[in-house]
Amino acid sequence: MNIKIGKIKLKNPVMVASGTFGYAQEFEKLVNLKDIGAIITKTITLNPKVGNPMPRICETSGGMLNAIGLQNEGIDNFIKEKMPYLSKIGTPIIVSISGNNIDEFFILARRLDKIKSISGLELNISCPNIRGEGWSVKGGGLVAQDSKATYEVVKAVRKITDKTIITKLSPNVTDIVEIAKASENAGSDAVSLVNTFLGMAIDINTRKPRLGNITGGLSGPCIKPIALRMVYEVSKNINIPVIGVGGIMNAYDAIEFMLAGAMAIQVGTANFIEPGVCGKIVKGIEDYLKKHKIEKIEDIVGNLDIKGKGAE
Amino acid sequence: MKDIRAKILSNKKIRHTYYKMVLDAPYIARTAKPGQFVQIKCSDSLEPFLRRPFSIHRVNGNIEILYETVGKSTEILSRKKEGDFLYILGPLGNGFSLTYDSHPSETRGSKLNLEPRAIIIAGGVGVAPLVYLAEELAKKHIKTIVLIGAKTKDLILCEKDFKKTAHEVYVSTDDGTYGSQGFVSKLFHKILKTVESRFDTVVYVCGPQGMLRCIAEICQERNFECQVSLEEKMACGIGVCLGCVVKTKTGNKLACKDGPVFDSSELLW
Repeated sequence: MNIKIGKIKLKNPVMVASGTFGYAQEFEKLVNLKDIGAIITKTITLNPKVGNPMPRICETSGGMLNAIGLQNEGIDNFIKEKMPYLSKIGTPIIVSISGNNIDEFFILARRLDKIKSISGLELNISCPNIRGEGWSVKGGGLVAQDSKATYEVVKAVRKITDKTIITKLSPNVTDIVEIAKASENAGSDAVSLVNTFLGMAIDINTRKPRLGNITGGLSGPCIKPIALRMVYEVSKNINIPVIGVGGIMNAYDAIEFMLAGAMAIQVGTANFIEPGVCGKIVKGIEDYLKKHKIEKIEDIVGNLDIKGKGAE
Repeated sequence: MKDIRAKILSNKKIRHTYYKMVLDAPYIARTAKPGQFVQIKCSDSLEPFLRRPFSIHRVNGNIEILYETVGKSTEILSRKKEGDFLYILGPLGNGFSLTYDSHPSETRGSKLNLEPRAIIIAGGVGVAPLVYLAEELAKKHIKTIVLIGAKTKDLILCEKDFKKTAHEVYVSTDDGTYGSQGFVSKLFHKILKTVESRFDTVVYVCGPQGMLRCIAEICQERNFECQVSLEEKMACGIGVCLGCVVKTKTGNKLACKDGPVFDSSELLW
């Protein structure tokens, strides 16, 4: 079940997605943290962020919308309060970071680079609930909606750290392959996709949006087929590993993503519904490999049979 | 905190749209404090998708929840049968703080040599976490007064349960069909006029937002400690998704982890 993403050796391909697992301690009584391939923290920013107004979450058919707005205590608090616990777990720790501009990404990466127990950084350039102020992105969009801005952010972080860099991509784009390529060209070790889809929901009686931020990010099984298609397209066109994320609820979903081309997967929203789900997914993948007499997990990555087209 | 597959021991309609469910969850029963809650996965399908939070209504080797059918999840829950299983995660949240706990001589009232007293105020289905609280207060021999409010007579819940443990139980209905007429806050005013003040009073309250605010204001005027149990929409229930933010004087807090019980003087309403 061992795999490698950049310089990180993972005992299995199951990671937890940023923002759905806090800083791991919250789950210590509910899941064996050592069973997880890698832990990706809630996104941290340079300065504390209070986040968006309530309501921040809303259930939808087969999924949920969120507009949290990257609420976090900032890097100082993270290093002081969260890192000591994370360092002791023994599972690779990947810290998700986001900035209002390239300088902030750079400063965050420079500070985290010095901490040995951090294995890698995930660049969150794709949170749909945040609009960067200092960006030269056309139309005031997200970094991950612009290949030039994506290239610049990744390049800046690459300059300051040798730690593994994962760029988290947004599905809210015309051509996700182009953004993935920009990230690869700038030196990213891997890409994770997808972040949430921008969506909304309305209460027809009050005629109000169901989220305080009006729009929010859609996650859960309802986005899985689209995420899967994007993983398939991206993995065919780049040479760095793709980490699949989007609506994975069980081992079957995880295996689908791997067959589509993902070297590893992230479990997100499912952690809210079944806090012990990651352990079950690891076990389910093992069972699948045994059943199909597959020795190495890599053998299923991208091993999609498209000859003769669809399954009967 | 554990995620347990619990057997439903009973699930009965108590009146109108209100139901009581008993679940075989000894671990949660053993560890739960009054005011804590559980997250229940009401369905195996993707809709409804998220778990739903329910106050722990009573604990008796098993746990009981009291709920109102208000949407898809609670409709599904109401159709569950004895012997069915549900995943329940708990106990969650902080619960009420029973300030009279371990060192009565050190509580703030002792300086004035006041006797401790609790006033429990429930609005509608807000009775849910308060029956267990009343039982625990009775075990500690705390003199307890209970005020129950609802729209109309048929919607008054748990009056009998409270009468078993509390010293005095008063009822008000908005339409005056039972007990005093008016909101429970009006009843609270009235009760405060008639009872003596040689008590160190803590008020525990759960109910609709407007009512909570009203009770909190009265408590502030009287300088009573007031613990409010808040209800917010939640996804995870364990402090991770940051969906259930409550604004307080010391910044954003989470209803699921820092609450659901808050000192009303801390809240920015």
